[in-house]
Amino acid sequence: MANHNHAAPAPVGGSLVNALTLTCGVLIALMVAILMVRFLFGLGSVTALNDGYPWGIWVVVDVVIGSAFACGGFSVAMLVYIFNKGEYHPLVRPALLASLFGYTLAGAGVIFDLGRPWNVWHMFNPWSINLNSVMFEVAVCISLYIIVMWIEFSPVILEQQGKLELKKKVGRAMFFIIALGTLLPMMHQSSLGTLLVVLGVQIHPLWQTPIQPALYLLSAITMGYAVVLFESCLTSTAYRRKIEGHLLTPLAKIMLGFLAVYLVIRIADLVVRGALPRAFVPSIEALCFWIEMLSFIVPLILIGAEDNRRNPARLFLAGVLLMLGGAMLRLNGFLIGYETIVGDSGGFSYFPTLAEVLVTAGMFALEVLGYIIITRRFPVLPREAATH
Amino acid sequence: MGTRRDFLKGVLAGSAAATAGAVASPALARETRPRPPEALGLLYDSTLCVGCKACVAACKTANENPAEFSTLDHLWDTPLDTSGYTFNLIKMYRNGTMDAKDQETNGFAFMKTSCMHCGDPSCVSACPVSAMTKDPVTGVVGYNPDKCIGCRYCVAACPFGIPKYQYDSPTGRIGKCELCRHRHKDGHYSACAEVCPTGATLFGRTEDLLAEAKRRLAMKPGEMNRFPRGHLRHAQEKALQGKPDGKGVMMRAGWRDEPDQSYETQAGKYLQHVYGEKEYGGTQVLKLSGVNFQKLGMPDLPPDAAAAMSETIQHTLYGGLLMPFAVLGAMTFVAKRNVKPEDDESGKEGT
Repeated sequence: MANHNHAAPAPVGGSLVNALTLTCGVLIALMVAILMVRFLFGLGSVTALNDGYPWGIWVVVDVVIGSAFACGGFSVAMLVYIFNKGEYHPLVRPALLASLFGYTLAGAGVIFDLGRPWNVWHMFNPWSINLNSVMFEVAVCISLYIIVMWIEFSPVILEQQGKLELKKKVGRAMFFIIALGTLLPMMHQSSLGTLLVVLGVQIHPLWQTPIQPALYLLSAITMGYAVVLFESCLTSTAYRRKIEGHLLTPLAKIMLGFLAVYLVIRIADLVVRGALPRAFVPSIEALCFWIEMLSFIVPLILIGAEDNRRNPARLFLAGVLLMLGGAMLRLNGFLIGYETIVGDSGGFSYFPTLAEVLVTAGMFALEVLGYIIITRRFPVLPREAATH
Repeated sequence: MGTRRDFLKGVLAGSAAATAGAVASPALARETRPRPPEALGLLYDSTLCVGCKACVAACKTANENPAEFSTLDHLWDTPLDTSGYTFNLIKMYRNGTMDAKDQETNGFAFMKTSCMHCGDPSCVSACPVSAMTKDPVTGVVGYNPDKCIGCRYCVAACPFGIPKYQYDSPTGRIGKCELCRHRHKDGHYSACAEVCPTGATLFGRTEDLLAEAKRRLAMKPGEMNRFPRGHLRHAQEKALQGKPDGKGVMMRAGWRDEPDQSYETQAGKYLQHVYGEKEYGGTQVLKLSGVNFQKLGMPDLPPDAAAAMSETIQHTLYGGLLMPFAVLGAMTFVAKRNVKPEDDESGKEGT
């Protein structure tokens, strides 16, 4: 790799007790209480789930959207190690950390949603697994990826613990771990889209297509970069550090490249399948479709020009919009555009309960708290040149 | 600038590969699976149904399911839809003055709601742990709670809204009709067909049931005709009656012997459509009706099963793990070049 001048990562330091971490603590405590009720009295005791909407926000937001938000680590690692863009190296550790939390908690969150969690080992039992099942592919890939990411991140922990000998050993195998860490998210992020295919005509034509895997993969990569923009801006503000403009500006350009490919495929697919007219039929589905599409298109206008990509506010906004667009694609496919019995709601409706929202918020709080603790105590963020 | 061009090439190649993989080549496409030749099923004839709900009660008993109440007095089992505790239900269609049975406007009609036992079931394709399986001989779609992880992908996948979960229990199961397969070994067939007083629900081999359905569609409305009840005997079954010992207790197919219960009545006014003959490649439960099937809550489905498309994509991308290994090989090769062992360059400040 080319020699780039960047500062080595170092702990940020500072106190772990403040208004933000305390809020996180309260949210986490509420989540634990709700989950106790859920495991004692069943899913129906705290959720609005029903047979018309068997999947709610714990699946769609925590896992499908959450894991796509957690693609920063994969997107940046791919850029640095596969496309050999060493200059982005300072972004690897913070992005990987966010991904690590996103995925580990998504993996844990699945357990809350499983109706018979004690049987989950059958997912890895050779006499039970169903190779035809998209869910099987997703579950195995996500589980493997969580392990792979912890190994990818382990040098940070080993460094802090002073176990340099072991860190060196891990370092020697790192190229393979990184290759695995690129392959696995490609597999399951695309399959998260394929999950919808077997639902057939129950999914609105705006979101039901055989090219789901391409759409979900490309949008996840785009979201990965968007999350890095978002987090870098946020971390810089919160820790009063310089914004890494020299990295974020070219990164945004790469992100737009993926975005352009995504949009071309998305729109071509709608036209070829003849689904586009459905976007002009006044309905909640059409409205949500346009929110989704505009969230993908507006960033092209916001930061399409090189000059605009130097503006942190525009970068931040573009990042937020792309995160929203990717989230809407998933929310639309899995919930808004899902109709359990075709042409007839069957009297079913779903809107998350406060308890469901609090569990999702609790999971998010756990991620934020973990990120704060680790960046303050472990060498993740680049050392600031100027002392502060 | 060379690296940037390489990078853009990489993005394009990657995107192209993802798209190419998603758009399966026809050679790899998995066709929709037909019903097994000896598939068992039901024929439900809406024009014969009188809405007595004896089948609903028999189903509850046969599957040891509790009553579900929707009235204040909690006197009768009154489920409003199938559920984790109700696998079979008779629903009623009403329109306007409800003057005549099996009439779309100002009429009413009945419809049985229970598992269709698809030839190519979405729930079986979806289940990650093979808790939902299709019997290769009888084609019955069965459920095994000892494997089920409760992910409810089957609930989401079924276009008929059949598998249902027990949300009120910390150990909730999926509930659905299994064609009373647990009673087959004793020579009993589906309880709903066994008790049906008019033969509106008939049990048998799906091929025989399909022939029976077509016989009915050829009848003149109002004309007197013979209709079987209980279970439809195989065309050649009479000649083969009895066990090898000649006592004649069991039928060839293994069902308990019972007297012929067929009776004469007027043929209904049928729509010329056997629902389930072609839907999703064919289901093992077939339906006849005088009123549009969509009005009675049956979805309008294409002739190809969604499972076929889903598995075509899955196996194009992951068949034999060829594609993943190829990508992994390429990634490992590139990463090996780009990652130096000491590359996690802490302590390399300012190099």
